[in-house]
Amino acid sequence: MVNWIWLGMIVVSVMFGAANGKMEKVAEAAFGGAQTGVTVCLGLISILVFWMGLMRIAEEAGLVRKLSRLLAPIVRKLFPDVPKDHPAMGYILSNMSANLLGLGNAATPMGIKAMQELQKLNPNETVATPAMCTLLALNTASITLVPTTMIAIRMNFGSVHPADIVAPTLLATLVSTGAAILADRWYRSRDRKPPKTAPPIETPRLAQTPPASLKGG
Amino acid sequence: MISLIQIISTWTIPVLIAFIPLYASLRKVPVYETFIDGAKDGFQTAIGIIPHLVGMMTAISMFRASGAMDAMIGLIRPLLERIGVPGEVLPLALLRPITGAGSMAFVTDLIKVHGPDSFIARIAASIQGSTDTTLYVLTVYFGAIGIRNSRYALKVGLFSDFIGFFASVAACWLLFGLV
Repeated sequence: MVNWIWLGMIVVSVMFGAANGKMEKVAEAAFGGAQTGVTVCLGLISILVFWMGLMRIAEEAGLVRKLSRLLAPIVRKLFPDVPKDHPAMGYILSNMSANLLGLGNAATPMGIKAMQELQKLNPNETVATPAMCTLLALNTASITLVPTTMIAIRMNFGSVHPADIVAPTLLATLVSTGAAILADRWYRSRDRKPPKTAPPIETPRLAQTPPASLKGG
Repeated sequence: MISLIQIISTWTIPVLIAFIPLYASLRKVPVYETFIDGAKDGFQTAIGIIPHLVGMMTAISMFRASGAMDAMIGLIRPLLERIGVPGEVLPLALLRPITGAGSMAFVTDLIKVHGPDSFIARIAASIQGSTDTTLYVLTVYFGAIGIRNSRYALKVGLFSDFIGFFASVAACWLLFGLV
């Protein structure tokens, strides 16, 4: 899909440029855009380096674990079909906590670990279980306390209060996560069937580590 | 209420910056060395974004310069502005769930064109920061364990993006719009 959007934008631009007689401006914009891309990334270095350093301290100090313990009662309610002391629960909690702290790079591997554990409870290997869908919903909505990247970009362009988007972002993320949970609940209750219990099938899987998430935060 | 939220906005970051190392040092974590260790990752992440952002910024700049963007926004603007949504942010609603780098490039473009403290820039930044790229998360998480039938997961993700878009607009109106 990204391929089509990208190609579409470029082709449409050239067509519009030709129709409006703005070819020169379109050519200029292509190189100008590329330059802005690099400038913005260079500007991001300062904040990302600082913030990821700080977050590593938080991780080492056990703040992720602490947060997990705080979240446990809420998260258990969201995953009624995962046994309380199943390893999946531990990974789900670490994944949520890392997301909350904006540790995208740590959240993703933990989320995948959680998915692998949930897969062991799955009677049909290629079809997602409700628990998997809930975990996915929480990750796509992803509550983040500090939208670091956006603050950095605003700072680069000379914002007076680059951090003043923390409050609206937090409000919006709370609402959208709430919406995700509600929608997930609704789908769950809609196709609730008598629970099938199949013995967990142990299949060894290769852990795949995907590239770092490009979270906007 | 509003001033309280503003205070939270300004205080969150300095308080976190002081609290985390302080807490860690009480836990006997070598704070400076740990910081340097993690900071190296930040550098890699920033450099890794360059190709994505260059590709997307190029396409978006061309799209804007050719007049195609204005034509597209012109079509939908009257409908949206009646409910307080600036037409300029609408393409973001389509880009955000599909491509993290693409939407980031778009937000950067809006910040550059309208100024970092403009209403449009603030809305765009909130939309970008408040959610993750649904399609990417779905592909990575379900791809890693070989799920082919994702059931209702995509619908839930897109629904929450949709709600998040309007929640961002509403939050910005609430906090910045009425001043």
